[in-house]
Amino acid sequence: MMKKILSLIVLLLSFTAVFAQNGADIEMADTLRSSGKIYVVVATLAIIFVGLAIYLFSIDKRLKKVENEK
Amino acid sequence: MKFIYQWWWKVLAVVVILYTLIAGLLINVPRLPIVHETIRNTYYHVPMWMAMFTVFTISVIYSIKYLGSSNPKHDLIAVECVNVGVFFFILGLVTGMIWAKYTWGEYWSNDPKQNSAAIAFLLYCAYLVLRNAIDEEQKRAKISAIYNIFAFPVMIVLIMVLPRMTDSLHPGNGGNPAFGKLDLDSKMRMILYPAFIAWSLFAVWIATLRYRIRLIEYKQNSLD
Repeated sequence: MMKKILSLIVLLLSFTAVFAQNGADIEMADTLRSSGKIYVVVATLAIIFVGLAIYLFSIDKRLKKVENEK
Repeated sequence: MKFIYQWWWKVLAVVVILYTLIAGLLINVPRLPIVHETIRNTYYHVPMWMAMFTVFTISVIYSIKYLGSSNPKHDLIAVECVNVGVFFFILGLVTGMIWAKYTWGEYWSNDPKQNSAAIAFLLYCAYLVLRNAIDEEQKRAKISAIYNIFAFPVMIVLIMVLPRMTDSLHPGNGGNPAFGKLDLDSKMRMILYPAFIAWSLFAVWIATLRYRIRLIEYKQNSLD
């Protein structure tokens, strides 16, 4: 179970890396991405979403407890 | 129904959404006039609608099931799916409006896509109002199940079919190309399609949480 998820994460991340290299020679908003601090936004989004996900998981867990009490 | 108590698909949804959030902002996209970087909205705006379609579809399935079984649990699933669907509906509308402001110039320009989406929204609001208007439990479940079965195809026609037949400005409608066709290396698909599945699972997850709470409430009420 955990192995499957872990391998999935690794695969997805490696995919991102492959495309990041592909786009290097095409003129695009690359300078915006490096000096425009887009990574800050990405990090913020990721943190917010992870927070929400953890929150949902905790609700799920608590609900399970209530259901088992019955 | 064991499925709703399992963890793996919830973890999968979270991991894949996280991937689309990160990759969607960092991976290169086609350079297009007018839309510019807002083409990335495709990764986040469209999956809202996909999630909505998924929960509404589940809702209809359980409404049909209810008519055959008269099992109150099926009715509860149908309502909670609609509740979550309406939530994602609002998210889809609002994100679309923000995008429209910077692409079409107005938040609401009475575009066929926008108008019919608004009508479809009211259609589902009416479902929730209808439920609250009927006190008797079985009658409420039956009438709202029938309403839901009729509302679903109308919603599909309003959102998917009618805007395509008129001159909607929305990408993919009224002769406008969808972003998928312009994107030759189909890099965007590699983010968009996983996002569809992951956000759908995410919406289903929230719906199951609501259903489980509702089920506990229902059991308590029937004990009283």
